[in-house]
Amino acid sequence: MAIDLKEKLVSSFMAFENKVNVDDPVHEIRLGAIKNFESRGFPTSKEEAWKYTSLRKLQKTNFSVFPKKSKTLEYKEVKKYFLHEIDTYKIVFVDGVYSSYLSETTHDGVDVCLMSSALSKAMYRQLIDLYFNKVASKEEQMTSLNTAFSREGAYIYIPRNKAPLKPIEIIHFATGTEASLMLQPRNLIIAEENAELQIIESHVSLTDNEILTNAVTEIFAAENAIVDFYKVQNDRHSSSLIDNTYIAQKSKSTVRVHTFSFGGKLTRNNLNFYQEGSHIDSTLKGVTIIGEKQHVDHHTLVHHQQPDSESHQDYKGIYGEKSTGVFNGKIIVDEIAQKTNAFQQNNNILISDKATINTKPQLEIFADDVKCSHGCTIGQLDDDAMFYLQSRGIPKKEATALLMYAFTDDVMSSVRIPELKNRINNLIAEKLGVKMGFDL
Amino acid sequence: MLKIVNLHAGVEGNEILKGIDLEVNAGEVHAIMGPNGSGKSTLASVIAGKEEFEVTEGQVLLNGEDLEDSAPEERAHKGIFLSFQYPVEIPGVTVTNFMKTAINESRKARGEEEMPANQMLKKIREKAELLEIDRKFLSRSLNEGFSGGEKKRNEIFQMAMLEPKLAILDETDSGLDIDALRIVANGVNKLKSQDNAVIVITHYQRLLDYIVPDFVHVLNDGKIVKSGTKELALELEEKGYDWIKNETVA
Repeated sequence: MAIDLKEKLVSSFMAFENKVNVDDPVHEIRLGAIKNFESRGFPTSKEEAWKYTSLRKLQKTNFSVFPKKSKTLEYKEVKKYFLHEIDTYKIVFVDGVYSSYLSETTHDGVDVCLMSSALSKAMYRQLIDLYFNKVASKEEQMTSLNTAFSREGAYIYIPRNKAPLKPIEIIHFATGTEASLMLQPRNLIIAEENAELQIIESHVSLTDNEILTNAVTEIFAAENAIVDFYKVQNDRHSSSLIDNTYIAQKSKSTVRVHTFSFGGKLTRNNLNFYQEGSHIDSTLKGVTIIGEKQHVDHHTLVHHQQPDSESHQDYKGIYGEKSTGVFNGKIIVDEIAQKTNAFQQNNNILISDKATINTKPQLEIFADDVKCSHGCTIGQLDDDAMFYLQSRGIPKKEATALLMYAFTDDVMSSVRIPELKNRINNLIAEKLGVKMGFDL
Repeated sequence: MLKIVNLHAGVEGNEILKGIDLEVNAGEVHAIMGPNGSGKSTLASVIAGKEEFEVTEGQVLLNGEDLEDSAPEERAHKGIFLSFQYPVEIPGVTVTNFMKTAINESRKARGEEEMPANQMLKKIREKAELLEIDRKFLSRSLNEGFSGGEKKRNEIFQMAMLEPKLAILDETDSGLDIDALRIVANGVNKLKSQDNAVIVITHYQRLLDYIVPDFVHVLNDGKIVKSGTKELALELEEKGYDWIKNETVA
C-alpha cells in the first residue's frame, strides 16, 4: 500500500490530541494549524518557494509519528556531540523525548527548560499567551504542521538585563528505534530588554535509519537584546531537516543566526527576520559544504518594517559531486522604513561539473532612501592561490582546506564562541578528509 | 643542481619559452633579466611546476632528476622554493599556522616526524628576527591587508623557514622601498651557502647591488640571448633592453 504521509499525519492528530490536554491554551492554535495543513497539504514544486526542493520522496516514506519507546543513551556514547562537558547548558532530546539525564537546565534567574512544561504549567501561561505562535507563519504548511504537533522542544526565557552564565546547547538525538521517524521539535526563545544569550542547536542521528525533522523556532528579541543562534547541520545522509525559524526584533536589538550545513540528505532552512523597530541589526550567515547527492536550500527573508535598521546576509557554499544548492534571499523594505541598510552576499564554489546551485536575490523595496546591495558569485577554486600553497609544499587536499577556510572566513570570523569555531573548522577539515595541525 | 635543457613551454598552444638552456650549481647566484613579456615569470612558474603551463619540449632536472611528473608540492619537498611576485591572500589562516602546515607537510613527505611545537616557535622567532618582522605580524592572516613590502618580506621569511636548496625570487624587488629592499636582500644573503643556489629574476639592476650574482642571463622572447657576469647587468642598466633586442636582431 502506498504511503501518504499527509493522510497519516492528519489522522494521527486525533491520537496526538488525546495525549495532550485539550484544555491547553494552545489547543485552539493546534486545531487551526492542522486545518491549514489539511487543506493545503505539503508544499509542491509548483510553488515558487519550493521550486528547487522537492518533498515528494519524503512523503512516500512511512515515518513513525510517535516513537514507541525511546532508548536510553549513555553519556559516554554521545559525549563527542556536545561542545562542552560542563561549560554549556544542555537541552537534550532523544527521539523527540526530553532526556533529563543528558540535560542541564536552569531556573536560576533565567529559564532554560522545556517547551512541554512551559505549555502545561500555569506559571508560564502569560508568556505563552504573549509569544507562542505569534511570529511563526499561520499560512506556511510545514510551520502549520509543526504547530499542530507542537509539544516538545526548548523553552528559553531570559528576563530583562539578564544573561545565562553559559551558552545553551540544544541537541536532538535520533537513536533508530524506529525504521523511520518524523520529529517536530518546537522552540520558543524570549530575550527581554537588554538580555543576552547564545544558543547552539544540532540534530544528530545515531543510525542510518531515515529521519525527517520539521522544526520550528520562534525568537523574540526585545529592545537592546542580543541573541546569537548557531545551527550546526551535520547529520547523516539518511536524515532530512526542514528548519523554520522566525525572529521578531524590537528596536536596537541584535540577532545573529549562523547556519552551518555540512550533512544530511535534504536540508531546507526557512529563516525569517521581522524588524519591528529602529536601529536593529539582523545578521544571517551560513556556510554550506556538501557533496554526493546532498541538497541544501536556504530561503531567507528580512522584512524591514521601520526606519534606520540594518541587515547583513552572507552565505558561502561549496558544492561537490552531484550536490545541489539553493539560495533565495528576499528583502522587503516597507515604505516607512527609510534609511534602511540591507546587504546580501552569496558566494559559491562548484568543485564538480555535476554540482548545481540556484541563487536568487529578491528585493522588494518600497522606500526611496535606502541602501540595498546584493551580489552573488559562482566560481571555482582559484588556480593561482592553489599553486601558491602547493609551491610551499602543501598538497592539493590540504591546500583546498586552507582555501576553503579563506573562502568561509567572512562567516567564521563572526562566530563568537571559540570552541564552536574550532569545532566547525574541524568539521570542514573532516569533510575534506584532511587533518590540519592547528586551531584557527 | 638545476639543469634546464632546451626548454619549450607555453600556455594553450602559445609558446612562451622557446628553448632555454641553463645550469645552476650549488653555491651560485644567477640573475635572470629581461624586458616585460620576455618569459621571466613563466620560466619561474615552469620550474616550480605550475600546471597551467605545458612543457612541449626539453627538460628541467634537479640533481639529475627529471621534474616533469612532479606536482608543485613535490618540487617544494625536493627543495625548490618560488618567491611570488604577487603573493596570494589567505584570510583566516595566520602566518604562523600557514608555516606550521607547510613545514610539517614537507617533513611528512620526507618521512620525518612533525616538528615539535617548541622547536617550531623557536625557528619562527629566529627567522622573523632575521627579516625584522614584528611578532604581531605572525598572527595576522597570511598576506591579507599586507603592504607590498610586507608581502615580499613575508615571502623571504617563508624561504628562511623552508630552507630550500634552490630559491627563485620572482621580481622580489618590485614594490619595495630602499629600506625593505635592504632587509630582504640581507635576509637572502644570510641564507645563502655553498649548498644552496638562488635565481634572482628582475627587471632592474637595483636588487643586484645587494644580492650580487655570479652570473647574469638576459632573456628575450623566450630565449637566453646573452650570458655574462655581474658587469652585464650594469651594461644593461646603462644601455637599456633595446640594446639587447637590436643586437639579437642584428
